[in-house]
Amino acid sequence: MTIRKIKLGPIVLTALFGALSFFFLLPLVWMMSAAAKTEKEVWTFPIQWIPKDWHFAENFRTVWMGDVSFGLFYMNSVKIALISTLATLIVSAMAGYALSKLKFTGRGLVFSAMMAFMMIPEQATLVPRYIMIKEMGLYDTHAALILMGMFSSYFTFLLRQFMIGVHNDLLEAAELDGAGFYRIFWSVMLPLSRPILATVGIIKFIWTWNDYQGPLIMLNSTNLYTIPLGMQFFKEEFGTTISVMMMASLAAIIPLLVLFLILQKQVIQGISIGGVKG
Amino acid sequence: MSHHATVQKQLAAAEKRTYWTRRRREQLAGWLFIAPEVLGMLVLAVFPLIFSLGLSLTEWNLVGGLSAIKFIGLDNFAELFRDDRFLKALKNNIGFTAGTVPATMLMGVIFAAIIHKKLYFKNYFKVAFFVPYICSTVAVSAVWSALYHPSKGPLNQLLMQLGVSDPPRWLVDTSWSLAAIMVIYIWQLLGYQIIIFMAGMTNIPDELYEAATIDGATGIQQFRRITLPLLGPTTFFLAITSIISSFKVFDMIKFLTNGGPNYSSTVIVYQIYEEGFQHFRMGYASAMSWILFLIIMLVTSLTWITQSRKVHY
Repeated sequence: MTIRKIKLGPIVLTALFGALSFFFLLPLVWMMSAAAKTEKEVWTFPIQWIPKDWHFAENFRTVWMGDVSFGLFYMNSVKIALISTLATLIVSAMAGYALSKLKFTGRGLVFSAMMAFMMIPEQATLVPRYIMIKEMGLYDTHAALILMGMFSSYFTFLLRQFMIGVHNDLLEAAELDGAGFYRIFWSVMLPLSRPILATVGIIKFIWTWNDYQGPLIMLNSTNLYTIPLGMQFFKEEFGTTISVMMMASLAAIIPLLVLFLILQKQVIQGISIGGVKG
Repeated sequence: MSHHATVQKQLAAAEKRTYWTRRRREQLAGWLFIAPEVLGMLVLAVFPLIFSLGLSLTEWNLVGGLSAIKFIGLDNFAELFRDDRFLKALKNNIGFTAGTVPATMLMGVIFAAIIHKKLYFKNYFKVAFFVPYICSTVAVSAVWSALYHPSKGPLNQLLMQLGVSDPPRWLVDTSWSLAAIMVIYIWQLLGYQIIIFMAGMTNIPDELYEAATIDGATGIQQFRRITLPLLGPTTFFLAITSIISSFKVFDMIKFLTNGGPNYSSTVIVYQIYEEGFQHFRMGYASAMSWILFLIIMLVTSLTWITQSRKVHY
């Protein structure tokens, strides 16, 4: 009786949750299936999960080689996400190093101020930032998006928390060898922080890749569009052609999905340290 | 004074000098390392916040140029409370929070407990529920807009098959649009909540559960008496961040409904966008921004005050 209770429960529950998780992922399965169908088959009911009439190549061509320069949107997204991520990592790692290992007057004040800044919602400062970007002559440039995305008190906080844990002995040994603070940062601190840098980098990349509001407000020229904006453009052009929209959605999601599946440990860890220690 | 003592004194002085040079260098390095971040914060967060407070006291249509700025005092704030669209947005936002936050948190904690304690292939479940969270909101919105299609969409086809002759028209239905978006929002956020709750649960020592098992406590009793109380800090964190992010919802609204039909799915950030970036009423949009900022400050401090006594650290 007891044995049955212990063994059977988890198996039944696992099966139950397996089914639940499948239903949970069904919208994404539907997307993949619709991306490979003809427009007519997308709407047939009951749903034809495996397309009878494969239209994958045609939809693929419409998205990638059609009138809308989806490839260009893609390159724009890659460029912005990569540069923003790199810039955030550098700025936040520098600040994290200063806040964790360097003694200077005002350090406590700077730290408390940064914690307070985390409470300022980006959306509350949208209007003035837009005006400032316009005044700086950066409206409708990728530089505007990178500039707005490279400062983050949240990531600085995460990096600082990690760097506090780095042993001072290691830094002192480097100092005895004659390394200055800049050298220590570059050749000791950064290599030792690789795990947290990877975590922060992936999360920042995902967020930037998916950002819709920033590009929506800061960009005007179609040739500068990122994928989320491009999707909006697609909706306007192909609003009724759902199979093509699903192919585009698939393209928007795939790189992150692959990145996530490879690096799931870092992503999940990164998300959870923010929630538990923060 | 002996020669020896003089040398020692000189050595000590030199050491002191290097110590102070080092201190000075560290000061300089500290400020150089922190400078970019501080500068960025000042220019992109603090200054805009003050700037927007100033703007909120003006009437300014961006198209008219800087010379068209007119100081009008608190008129914008007075207008806000007569503006049906803004009041609708405020009401919708509160409804959105009341609907999504308890639902995701409750489901999140229950799912997390079951996955954490009872299931095989834990890692699979973590990943499966988390996938929607990393997907582009715009892309998943596109998917759901097809699923929600009033006549041809799979959801309504299914409902009609089940005998519902007149199913809701979801995104184009004034009484359903917001609820339909809330479903997508919950679907996308659930995995995040599960991950955070699970991270909190791994910090609860196993001995507590072992002792409870020996005392004959059932799984549900253990969940109520051990897991939930010890998750205090996690719950507190999630409550604040979820309420705040529910007040910032925008992407889905913009992509799916543009706040419609008839403002049934509009929210504060959408109204800021519409007034500021479509009608170019910068002063009025700034006044809305400040209301949003105040709401978020209020939520943060209220949650902080009410919870700080109850949370077990």
